[in-house]
Amino acid sequence: MTESRRGFLKLAGLSAVAVAGSAAVSAKATRSEGHEPPATTGKRLALVVDLRKFAKDDALFAAVVEACHKAHSVPDFGDDAKNEVKWIWTEPFETAFHSEEFHYIREDLKGKPTLLLCNHCDNPPCTRVCPTQATWKRAEDGVVMMDWHRCIGCRYCVVACPYGSRSFNWKDPRKAANLAGLDPKAFPTRMRGVVEKCTFCDERLARGEEPACVAACPNGEMAFGDLNDPASEVRRLLTEHLAIRRRPGLGTQPEVYYIVEDPRSLMEVAPAAEVFEVEEGGHA
Amino acid sequence: MLEKALSGSKYYWSWIFGLLVVIAVGVACWFWQYTVGLTITGLSRDVVWGFYIAQFTFLVGVAASAVMVVLPYYLHNFKAFGKMTILGEFLAISAVIMCMLFIFVDMGMPNRILNVFLYPTPHSMMFWDTVALGGYLVLNIIISHFTLAAERREEPPPRWLKPVILLSIPWAVSIHTVTAFLYAGLAARPFWLTAILAPRFLASAFAAGPALLILLAFFVRRISSFDAGQQAIDTLAKIVTYAMTINVFFVLMEVFTAVYSDIPEHLTHFQFLFTGIEGESTLVPWMWTSSLLAIVALVVLINPKTRGNHSWLLFGCVAVVASLWIDKGLGMVIAGFVPNTLGQVVHYSPTAPELLISLSIYAIGLLVITGLYKIALEVRGQLRKATTN
Ligand code: SF4
Ligand code: SF4
Ligand code: SF4
Repeated sequence: MTESRRGFLKLAGLSAVAVAGSAAVSAKATRSEGHEPPATTGKRLALVVDLRKFAKDDALFAAVVEACHKAHSVPDFGDDAKNEVKWIWTEPFETAFHSEEFHYIREDLKGKPTLLLCNHCDNPPCTRVCPTQATWKRAEDGVVMMDWHRCIGCRYCVVACPYGSRSFNWKDPRKAANLAGLDPKAFPTRMRGVVEKCTFCDERLARGEEPACVAACPNGEMAFGDLNDPASEVRRLLTEHLAIRRRPGLGTQPEVYYIVEDPRSLMEVAPAAEVFEVEEGGHA
Repeated sequence: MLEKALSGSKYYWSWIFGLLVVIAVGVACWFWQYTVGLTITGLSRDVVWGFYIAQFTFLVGVAASAVMVVLPYYLHNFKAFGKMTILGEFLAISAVIMCMLFIFVDMGMPNRILNVFLYPTPHSMMFWDTVALGGYLVLNIIISHFTLAAERREEPPPRWLKPVILLSIPWAVSIHTVTAFLYAGLAARPFWLTAILAPRFLASAFAAGPALLILLAFFVRRISSFDAGQQAIDTLAKIVTYAMTINVFFVLMEVFTAVYSDIPEHLTHFQFLFTGIEGESTLVPWMWTSSLLAIVALVVLINPKTRGNHSWLLFGCVAVVASLWIDKGLGMVIAGFVPNTLGQVVHYSPTAPELLISLSIYAIGLLVITGLYKIALEVRGQLRKATTN
């Protein structure tokens, strides 16, 4: 290996110009994939879901979903999937990340429920297509908002969202059984014919509170905060752990992150020295 | 000039009456939909656009196809299309009206439709589509009105009309291009994410529209002495042939890209259409029928002997329209949603009220076209059978 490495260095010396050129090319190729930090200046709110912590408590999923749907008067039509409205829900891990492939994952991870909600994408396709600006990304903190009084119900945003985060009110949500005896002071219900989704609890943010789903987590299973603040909890989590996002290749810049594994557990599989060796070999 | 549409024969009135009955049923269904919501359709959280939007897409093509008679007549001075142009423009007007109605019935909040203009949003393709369609309707109304009015006075059309007509040519291309952009610019929907969508839309439109026009011309010739002319029909038949060939070529290119690249998220949509996935095969018989009809149509149309024979040509045109209607009015839109963005296979089929509302919009289109043709025919004093009855 050292032989070939020396050979490589010699070659590199002889063709410094070419190497410099190719370095420039590879740097450009990485950039064009669109994995830059958030474009939103000021605050960039984001949510981190810690799948490892959730793995310990299956009952928590229902509590989190209930907390959100109760706080936002989301109609519940029972098993009627056709008319379903949901802001946050679970899907098996493989469905949530269906564009990845997980053939040989650990048994205990298979089919593991994973929370899904609007990603409040930093480059949201849903707001781009809306013909009335009834949905838009808030400039000051990146929250993707909805105006239920302006929405014309064309559903173009639902078509454009790559994550299935949006629901249309096919029928009158106020007729749903769970909203029948609703407290009039509760979160306003929507009318049939408009689209709705998670709004990162903008009403709670305005009062300086954290989102209802985050508040429903007893042990920091979800964290919420400003990505542009280096001292924030979400930044700390993303620095210290390996987190993934749904379909990052589409360039939407989703701002909901999923901590899947502790990098240290990966290290146990492949010791640091070996990783280094492999890298060296790669250059030769 | 409208009074011309209101005097006619017994047959004429029973035809109108029949249309009105179909329209009444659809309007009743629409009121029902308006009160309880779009839940009465087959649409769901996963398949949010369906039969309505698919009909809209198909009819935008029919509207755009008027350019296939306008362009040769005005740009190349192809005199044989003289009588055909007015038929083409009327077909366009009626198709655009149907398009607008299909969008209207698909909206969750139709009473807020003006929001599109109150908050104009240039980054939305739907905004541009609204502008393009509205403009196209106005253009065609102006053009056909002033051409006919001039003809009635036995004068040449006013000089200022020529630039308006020329403007309608690129405008026609734009309505279908922008309609394709509604679909083709979405990262979420790999089935539509193809640069060939707009060219393919245009090719299929320029086949289906003129084919419909040929059928209409045959029909008008039967009920009146108005004859669009043999040369016009022959030329239109050639246009249909070329456009259909190009369309089939484009479809094959799409199939090649999906199948050979073997990228699952592109391929699954074609599998849904042609083989079915996970037992979901609602559209499979339709798509094979469409493919078969396309092949039969090409055989009939490419062979100059069959193309020159009226019965064969009629058959060919029906095959073209049916094949493309299945392709665009069923397959194209629905396949974009199956599987959904989470890779789940979901089911959609239109419900009875959804179909009845759609049928009534087609009836409105036929009513508009009947009225317009009647005006045109009577202005030209050529209505034969309808008046002697
Ligand atoms: S997840 Fe969907 S709805 Fe939410 S911001 Fe992204 S594209 Fe829009
Ligand atoms: S459904 Fe409402 S929010 Fe969505 S694109 Fe249409 S108008 Fe905008
Ligand atoms: S952030 Fe708020 S609105 Fe969004 S899922 Fe959590 S609780 Fe619901």
